[in-house]
Amino acid sequence: MLASIKTNSLTNEGQKLGMMYFRVAIILFGAQLLMGLIAAIQFLVPGFLFEIFDFSVARMVHINALVVWMLYAMIGSVYMMITDETGVETVGIKLGKLGFWVLTAAVTVVVLVYIFVQVGAGTEASIWLIHEGREYIEAPRWADIGIVVVVLIFYWNVFASYMAGKQTGIMTVMVANLMALAGLYLAGMFFTDNISMDQFWWWWVIHLWVEATWEVFVGTLAAYALIRLIGAKREIVEMWLWIEVLMLFGSGVLGMGHHYFWIGTPEYWWEIGALFSALEPVPLIAMFVHVLYDWGKEQGMAHGRGEEGNVVTNGPAMAWIVTNAFGNFLGAGVWGFFHTLPQVNIYTHGTQFTAAHGHLAFFGAYATILIGMMYYGVQKAHGVERMAMNFKSKMGIFLITFGVLGMTVALTIAGYEQVLVERAELGGTWNAFFIAQELPWYIQAQLWRTIMGVVTLVGFIYLVWDLLTIGKESQKEEV
Amino acid sequence: MAKKNVSVWTSIPFWRRSAAWVTGFAVMLLIWLSFDTLGQISMGTDEDLKAGTTKRVPAPTVINYNIDYKMDKKRGSEVPVIGAKEPFFGKEWSVEEAADLLHLGKLTSQAKNCMNCHTLLGNGAYFAPDLTKSWLDPMWSATGPMQAMTGKPTKEEAMAEFLINPSQYPTHARMMPNLGITAEEAVGLVAFLKHMSSIDTNGFPRNFSKTVDQFKVGGTNAR
Ligand code: HEC
Ligand code: HEM
Ligand code: HEM
Ligand SMILES: [Fe+2]
Repeated sequence: MLASIKTNSLTNEGQKLGMMYFRVAIILFGAQLLMGLIAAIQFLVPGFLFEIFDFSVARMVHINALVVWMLYAMIGSVYMMITDETGVETVGIKLGKLGFWVLTAAVTVVVLVYIFVQVGAGTEASIWLIHEGREYIEAPRWADIGIVVVVLIFYWNVFASYMAGKQTGIMTVMVANLMALAGLYLAGMFFTDNISMDQFWWWWVIHLWVEATWEVFVGTLAAYALIRLIGAKREIVEMWLWIEVLMLFGSGVLGMGHHYFWIGTPEYWWEIGALFSALEPVPLIAMFVHVLYDWGKEQGMAHGRGEEGNVVTNGPAMAWIVTNAFGNFLGAGVWGFFHTLPQVNIYTHGTQFTAAHGHLAFFGAYATILIGMMYYGVQKAHGVERMAMNFKSKMGIFLITFGVLGMTVALTIAGYEQVLVERAELGGTWNAFFIAQELPWYIQAQLWRTIMGVVTLVGFIYLVWDLLTIGKESQKEEV
Repeated sequence: MAKKNVSVWTSIPFWRRSAAWVTGFAVMLLIWLSFDTLGQISMGTDEDLKAGTTKRVPAPTVINYNIDYKMDKKRGSEVPVIGAKEPFFGKEWSVEEAADLLHLGKLTSQAKNCMNCHTLLGNGAYFAPDLTKSWLDPMWSATGPMQAMTGKPTKEEAMAEFLINPSQYPTHARMMPNLGITAEEAVGLVAFLKHMSSIDTNGFPRNFSKTVDQFKVGGTNAR
């Protein structure tokens, strides 16, 4: 089984490097889930690891592992597609490999410091060496600088290959979007005493990542995957991609206003934020329709040509990409829209409702398609023509999706209760907070979230097991 | 295939150009609004405070003033009201002292990771109460339980004492852990919290002042 970790059939250096990124990504995903469970248990059992491994530490590692594994899987996906799209070997691959090891060493050190040092004194040195204490982008300043350097190397790999090879529409969007994605990170790299200013720029990173550049990244990946997995026509896919870029950036950039309602920023953001963020679900519907429509169309055309069987050459990858189409719409589109109007957000802001949305959106929009790309990598690594779903793939996708949906529903109920009792009725004071936290319905919801978290973890174990074995098994079947 | 496009709606160049224009327009508008916003949320000065000029984010020396959070009929929401001078930790802080203190407080809030348990301005984690207006929370007021519990005569001293030894003064089963906060850092943190409560958050959290009033007349939230 472990032999299959070695990338055997790949001759392309970029794709080999992509697989290395995927491996670290899946390990970090596992770490993320374990930390989430610790934090979830602390809601139910307040004494659990109290003053040993506090909620803040578990949560910080949970969401940082999340962001980092996704960035790893995104970089891995790009390395998988560079040669396919440009037709040339990845330029500067040696440097790229060095970058991988530097980044991985840095991530390891950062995580160990989070876990064992946990907090520092109130000095600049703590911000430089331990963590910055700002959600999602807690990485200490030294690591920020390291990340920037490695990302520059990665970007050089992509950009130089693009310039040297074919310049497809997909690759054009990729190159431009990655520039914006990387550049935005800089907005999170400074310190200010002014908490409003702090939050203003913090959202430039977080919102403009997840609701603009990462979404466009997903659109680009989906376009590439549809060509590869079901043989969709490039002209159609690329036209869709430009339409998606138009709608995603057209709504998402100014949709940022929905985070500027209550952080000290002026009132005009109510109108700007409400209007543009209310439009954000539209491209997500379009992306959903696009994936299902293309699939149906390609299958229909194959039947028309009298071909038997399935046009999908990689069952699990396609299953995850369809889950992405649906999950993106549901988690970001529907759950996002729930609380995006200021009239609603004044009560839901910073409640478990936000957590419900955060979970389903990150999972539906990003985890899904990145797992799909991992399956695609496994297929390439084993040089198999076709890879079909087996029992483990099915258990993996079912349990993880069911688990995250279950967590989301539980958190939505907890959030609803919190909104009514703590916020609407009692005005959000310290006491109001705890009255809501201690109501039986809230506690039950937290219990169900934890149970569903365990379900997710079991699904994850199936997923890893499948990723390690499905390539070998498909090879045997094909021989 | 050199077939000509039958319609503009299926033309890739058309969509590419439109995508570029729409994105460009959205980004320009965002940048323009951001310039305006950055002006409005940069910190005011001590002179503003003396002259009674309202700033969305007042100067650090706002810690020398009484702060309240009151319903404003015209805006339809609660707004911070900066009142008469009051001592903070028994003294009046100069412009430099107040700025240094706020700097220490903000740094400490990051180094101790308050945001991964609490929300600040509503952003952060949902494990512990929102701190946006914690300075004004009735639990800390003269009629609330915390001053008696910590044995401190003022709100600021009670808060500092709590932050230094939070798990010694639990009010709920879910406690705040000891984060190794020093006495000096605690003063900085209280200044940071007091400053934050003076920020105009467009009425978030809503109805907060109603609860404060209930407490004043001896009512509680307990049911
Ligand atoms: C590990 C989680 C955790 C961290 C980190 C944490 N707190 Fe707390 N905090 C709590 C909990 C839980 C309570 C509620 C305690 C209770 O009711 O007994 C609390 C209560 C408070 C209160 C009183 C509540 C109120 O509304 O006035 C203040 C003030 C406070 N914390 C400030 C801070 C500051 C400042 C920091 C960062 C230096 C911080 N906390 C870090 C968990 C945390
Ligand atoms: C894939 C895309 C998306 C992801 C991954 C995502 C993720 C998140 C996360 C993690 C938060 C919480 C941030 C925090 O910790 O404070 C958040 C907040 C928010 N999101 Fe999204 N989101 C997405 C899309 C959307 C969309 C399309 C909308 C609106 C239609 C939306 C509306 C909101 C709003 C209003 C908040 C603020 C919640 C609050 O006030 O507490 N999101 N999002
Ligand atoms: C084992 C399963 C999981 C458990 C038990 C779990 C638990 C938690 C907990 C307790 C928090 C802190 C929430 C709070 O501050 O109150 C959290 C935050 C978060 N988790 Fe998870 N989680 C799990 C899986 C996931 C997955 C699969 C994703 C996404 C792919 C995810 C994304 C997030 C995000 C984005 C936040 C921040 C939310 C916000 O600030 O609004 N988690 N999680
Ligand atoms: Fe957003």
